[in-house]
Amino acid sequence: MYDICIIGAGVTGCAVARELSRYEAKVCVIEKCEDVCCGTSKANSAIVHAGFDAPEGSLMARMNVEGNRMMDRLARELDFPFRRNGSLVVCMNEEDLPGLQALYDRGMKNGVEGLRILSGEEAREMEPNLSDALAGALYAPSGGIVCPFGMTIALAENANVNGVEFQFDTEVVKIRKEEQYYGIETNRGLVESRYVVNAAGVYADVIHNMVSGRKIKITPRRGDYYLLDHSAGNHVTRTIFQLPTRLGKGVLVSPTVHGNLIVGPTAIDVEDREGTNTTREGMDELAVKAGMTVKNLPLGQVITSFAGLRAHEEGHEFIIGEAEDAKQFIDAAGIESPGLSSAPAIGVMVAKLLRERMGLWEKEGFIPERKGILNPAELGMEERNALIREKPAYGTIVCRCESVTEGELIDAIHRPVGARSLDGIKRRTRTGMGRCQAGFCSPRTMEILARELGMGMEEITKCGGSSAVVMGRTKESMGKGGQGL
Amino acid sequence: MRSYDIVVIGGGPAGLAAAASARKEGIDSILILERDKELGGILNQCIHNGFGLHTFQEELTGPEYAGRFIDIVKELGIPYALHTMVMGISREKVVTAMNREEGMFQIQAGAVILAMGCRERSRGALNIPGYRPAGIFSAGTAQRLVNMEGCMPGREVVILGSGDIGLIMARRMTLEGAKVKVVAELMPYSGGLKRNIVQCLDDYGIPLKLCHTVVDIRGKERLQGITLAQVDEKGRPIPGTQEEYSCDTLLLSVGLIPENELSRDMGVEMDPVTSGPVVNESLETSIPGVFACGNVLHVHDLVDYVSQEAGRAGTNAAAFVRGELHKDSGRTIRIIATEGVRYTVPRYIDDARMERLLTVRFRVGAVFRDSYISVYYNDERVMHRKKRIMAPGEMEEVVLQKEKTASYPDLERITIKIEKE
Repeated sequence: MYDICIIGAGVTGCAVARELSRYEAKVCVIEKCEDVCCGTSKANSAIVHAGFDAPEGSLMARMNVEGNRMMDRLARELDFPFRRNGSLVVCMNEEDLPGLQALYDRGMKNGVEGLRILSGEEAREMEPNLSDALAGALYAPSGGIVCPFGMTIALAENANVNGVEFQFDTEVVKIRKEEQYYGIETNRGLVESRYVVNAAGVYADVIHNMVSGRKIKITPRRGDYYLLDHSAGNHVTRTIFQLPTRLGKGVLVSPTVHGNLIVGPTAIDVEDREGTNTTREGMDELAVKAGMTVKNLPLGQVITSFAGLRAHEEGHEFIIGEAEDAKQFIDAAGIESPGLSSAPAIGVMVAKLLRERMGLWEKEGFIPERKGILNPAELGMEERNALIREKPAYGTIVCRCESVTEGELIDAIHRPVGARSLDGIKRRTRTGMGRCQAGFCSPRTMEILARELGMGMEEITKCGGSSAVVMGRTKESMGKGGQGL
Repeated sequence: MRSYDIVVIGGGPAGLAAAASARKEGIDSILILERDKELGGILNQCIHNGFGLHTFQEELTGPEYAGRFIDIVKELGIPYALHTMVMGISREKVVTAMNREEGMFQIQAGAVILAMGCRERSRGALNIPGYRPAGIFSAGTAQRLVNMEGCMPGREVVILGSGDIGLIMARRMTLEGAKVKVVAELMPYSGGLKRNIVQCLDDYGIPLKLCHTVVDIRGKERLQGITLAQVDEKGRPIPGTQEEYSCDTLLLSVGLIPENELSRDMGVEMDPVTSGPVVNESLETSIPGVFACGNVLHVHDLVDYVSQEAGRAGTNAAAFVRGELHKDSGRTIRIIATEGVRYTVPRYIDDARMERLLTVRFRVGAVFRDSYISVYYNDERVMHRKKRIMAPGEMEEVVLQKEKTASYPDLERITIKIEKE
């Protein structure tokens, strides 16, 4: 019997897990995929929003601004990449300038600090690649960029070190309300827990509706993205949003913490909760829209495109709290943008609610710090050589595009909540995320995974489930014992 | 800091041939840096035959061809370091490299020969819409999995792109018992060698669909199928021409990109058409004493030409080390690629340093039948050679004579173009 079972190991579930790991409680996270950060958390804009978007007084606005403020300390404590690069909402027409002012006013009411309205010229001075047709911009110095994988994984690792259990490949089938607890039926057996936290992302309505008569509905809203090579990473230095107009919401152009450039997203409501396929139309739309605010966008340097699904709730508001008709069942649902920015605050809010509700005590010996995977490129030559002498694996480059060493892969595999697949390695170390998109490193990464985990090459998957990278060995078609053909 | 007269970056066919010829020119202090576990480069995974017809007048497999050059390098006693990744090269030719034994270390080179080869274009660069499941490989990655790791990438295969590696892998997968359903090519012509189309597709009844591309990829975990569509002359899919294929594997053979991160970082001038360094008649880049050869310079069709070119780079690097290369200096003559000619290597000639016969290699941008390769010295046509067929998949060449070039006192530019008559 667990005290608390968190359903979903995305950034929300992991943030809640990490905050709960401060307290004396038996906590587990169950996740249907093979790793943390496999759904919405892995495919989004990677932006820490300033907080001027959400309506004044909304929970979304509060969580966004609070989460934003917490980010520096959290990134320091948990050692994940975060940078306050500032953001600009750009306005292309004089007639839309009142919209910019409205955004400024809302931001002030939401408590966003440092907002400033700039003339077109001032904005272009900050960002020379902004379109010449610029009428004005809203500058938010508190806007930032973060590594969504790094953040989610850091939260999970720290929660795990502090006692939270993680169960992967575990899909919830049904939830039964017992007298004092919930019986959560999964594909891997029954999980019993006194309290349940629903952080199931695009499935949060399915989970909620298993226990509550007050149904909610989450619509997967697809967003397509382009990711550009490092060579384009300085095209803009701040995150460039478009002022939403009657023509639509527009797309953003932003550097990433790893020096790439990201362009996106579209917003297309889909039926399929796993429908992360990109489309030609989506890709074309991005190119056109991004080109309206940022000129000379080097789309020839796209290294990949992908799509993620936002967990859009009809009321466009976070649903956080105990379900009215299902005691001991806590929702963290409808977590769409600015969900990533809000996650630290959501974690604290849900943990506080449970602490008060359950009377939890703070744990002795809680470890607030977590050290990320050592990046030898950040060491000086002497330190680096000392490391290689001690651990020679740091002297072998596996991924040449991102300069990742074998030592980093081994660390990623053996640390808490370690990597078990190519994607797991990729999200922890950036192996395969560069311009060759794993063409060079994937066979090498497979060998290292197989060796370290004691698996066969044919058991290595891209992302768990039935995503095996290879399908058996050669010569198998010749039959056993070399007969046949 | 250790120093070597010549440091060769890469121990594939280009690096091996360059090092061997520099040694034969009398340079003793040479070091080859190779990132893989053995010398030979990509040839080690090219276990099919067809290599070396020009160089050795016999048909060798890739490892055999590489082996001949590895033997030469070993006989000549040229030192090499394996498992060694070059991390950077400064303009002053300080090479920073790393391996397990020595950690990060620096070497002062008298001359540098860039021979890093090329990589394959990825799915991401093509923006193929759809899902991103397991089962999508670049053809070379699949080749490594099959030939080096003994793994089957899959059983039902579609190949996009008709580059040589894709064609070779169509046959290879078939021989391993997979069903290769179709090879689709965006262009109206193949990007590979004619002989590979015959020997790898036609002989096995594998259809080649020109003017086709992949417009959708299905399968959330493992690839389940793709959709092909015909494209118009601008490469756009034509509505109504979609055909669905079920497959568990998609191989991409959609172009090779010279691997020039190191060259770019050190500030070598690059050619946007080849994605390789701009070089002069001596295969010297914009940084004196830095030479380039093989697929890092421009993607070759046959390894024999890589060996030839690399041999010249080695000879010229040796001359640079001896202080002879830049002794004479004449006019700088530009070579202009136009009207069907996509690029030339070299791009510049100093006619004082030019050898008696200088081979200029290039590729055409489309299929030309019964057309002429023409060379103009300024505005005068000096060469006009008929070819029955020219295709982008095969390299072409013209040979310039030093004597003739010298007899044009006002020569500023040499233009190479394709003419109908």
